[in-house]
Amino acid sequence: MSFIELTAHQLAAQIKSKRVSCREVADEFLHHIEAVENDVKAFVTVLPEEARRRADALDRRVASGEDIGPLGGVPVGVKDLLCTRGIRTTCSSKILENFVPPYDAHVVERLTAEGAVIIGKLNMDEFAMGSSTENSAFFPTHNPWDLSRVPGGSSGGSTASVAAREVPLSLGSDTGGSIRQPAAYCGCVGIKPTYGLVSRYGLIAFASSLDQIGPIANTVQDAALLLQTIAGHDRRDSTSINRPLPDYLAALNGDIKGLRIGVPKEFYGQGVEGYVNDAVRVAVDKLCELGAEIVEVSMPTAEYGLAAYYIVAPSEASSNLARYDGVQYGLRVAEAGDDIVAMYSKTRAAGFGHEVQHRIMIGTHALSSGFYDAYYAKAQKVRTLIRQDFERAFEKCDVLATPTAPTVAFPIGEKSADPFAMKLADVCTIPVNMAGLPAISVPCGFHENLPMGLQLIGKVLDESTLLRAAHAYEQATEWHKQRPQLVKKLKD
Amino acid sequence: MGLTPAEIDHIALLARLELSAPERERAATELSQILGYFEKLKELNTDDVEPTEHVLPVVNVLRADVQRSGLAREAALQNAPEQADGMFQVPRVVEAE
Repeated sequence: MSFIELTAHQLAAQIKSKRVSCREVADEFLHHIEAVENDVKAFVTVLPEEARRRADALDRRVASGEDIGPLGGVPVGVKDLLCTRGIRTTCSSKILENFVPPYDAHVVERLTAEGAVIIGKLNMDEFAMGSSTENSAFFPTHNPWDLSRVPGGSSGGSTASVAAREVPLSLGSDTGGSIRQPAAYCGCVGIKPTYGLVSRYGLIAFASSLDQIGPIANTVQDAALLLQTIAGHDRRDSTSINRPLPDYLAALNGDIKGLRIGVPKEFYGQGVEGYVNDAVRVAVDKLCELGAEIVEVSMPTAEYGLAAYYIVAPSEASSNLARYDGVQYGLRVAEAGDDIVAMYSKTRAAGFGHEVQHRIMIGTHALSSGFYDAYYAKAQKVRTLIRQDFERAFEKCDVLATPTAPTVAFPIGEKSADPFAMKLADVCTIPVNMAGLPAISVPCGFHENLPMGLQLIGKVLDESTLLRAAHAYEQATEWHKQRPQLVKKLKD
Repeated sequence: MGLTPAEIDHIALLARLELSAPERERAATELSQILGYFEKLKELNTDDVEPTEHVLPVVNVLRADVQRSGLAREAALQNAPEQADGMFQVPRVVEAE
């Protein structure tokens, strides 16, 4: 019997009804990880002993008749920028290579409370800066659909592990598209929640006004289950929203009659390939068949999103990453007689990769005396214009439908020499972060055997409508039932 | 909008990054390219626009002024590359007389 094909929902139900133990599930996933990980390289750290110990403890609770929670016994992978107490958390950076956090992130506490088994820490672009996972200081992750291609990024380990069935669920983080773009490249479902819906406590910060943690899964239902687990108020994050949580699973009722879908034409230009536009338009037609209505909308300032983002995100990063200075965390590089500034500068030059240093310098310049108004303040105002564009669009519609990424996954190495070309991979996702809105990417077809994603963008805190529309679409199509050759081969 | 070598050195010093000569050249090229791209934002008039910090009006989040426990000293120090007497140890900051 194979459990790796089951959804998290099905797994939890099997465990609950005692048809299988948490330990058996953990063992099978660990074996599968061993079988495919040499090819995929999704994990920075696999935790076989911890996972088995945890599964055994959960099994004892099941045996004594306890309800171990909605994720009881389900293996989950966690992006390696979420702090795990006593477990190395690297951010895929040399500067944190041996960092062992003394506390758990809020979302990790939530996973544990709901019965999940954390099976490993997932690879990413260093400090979440990148769109391909090639910026990991350790190794690139490979796309399970074509091992010569990138999985996307920065949460490339999170999406590759789910696509390769190494885990049924994972957590990623999304600052400019880092959940949705790799979800599209790997044929997964990925959600970037409303800014403030999920606590960032224990998330190693990149750009604090944009970062959000979100779920990655193979089905919309599983993504909703994981969102329900991690969402909600936490007083340790002062930007956390304190409102009652809806029941996201209850939203998946299949009924999208009369739902107004806005199609912003600006998102179908800007270097988006024709095959992506075609696939997304066919997906929108499918939503209409299911009862939705199309509304044409316009977002004239969306095209400024990328430029504003590359001021705001590096500025906040330059401040957040100032703490890695050779004093409190891991790496220190100094020679005898170095003063403290020399120690700081050598440590940071040795510990940060090129892209991280590049962005720190952009941000340092943008925030420096004499430039703040021209750059950071200007970009924060542009955010307001983008937000107002969305608000105007949402007067006419309930959900916006766009491509998630302008292309399918590109070959490893193709764009690493041109960081600017790489940045264009996030052109459709960045405006959403700038406005703080929720969005989901759901598989909408294949081009030359590589998956593509439909992005649905929602109103503030209206994750329920997004999930309902994405679920109705998914259930009316067959895309989510496709498997990468790598997984099929093992099954045969 | 090219940056001069002196400007690159200033940014690197502020950022506390020691750059080699080739890295300094690469930084000049790459930073100039992205700063050039930022010029695009000048097309937008933002004179009477308020900046966005949070999508929802979440402001002045305060908690009751009561004592809470924090990290134990050993836990806070456990990742320090050098420590002494329960403190983070750094190179000398103040010159001896």
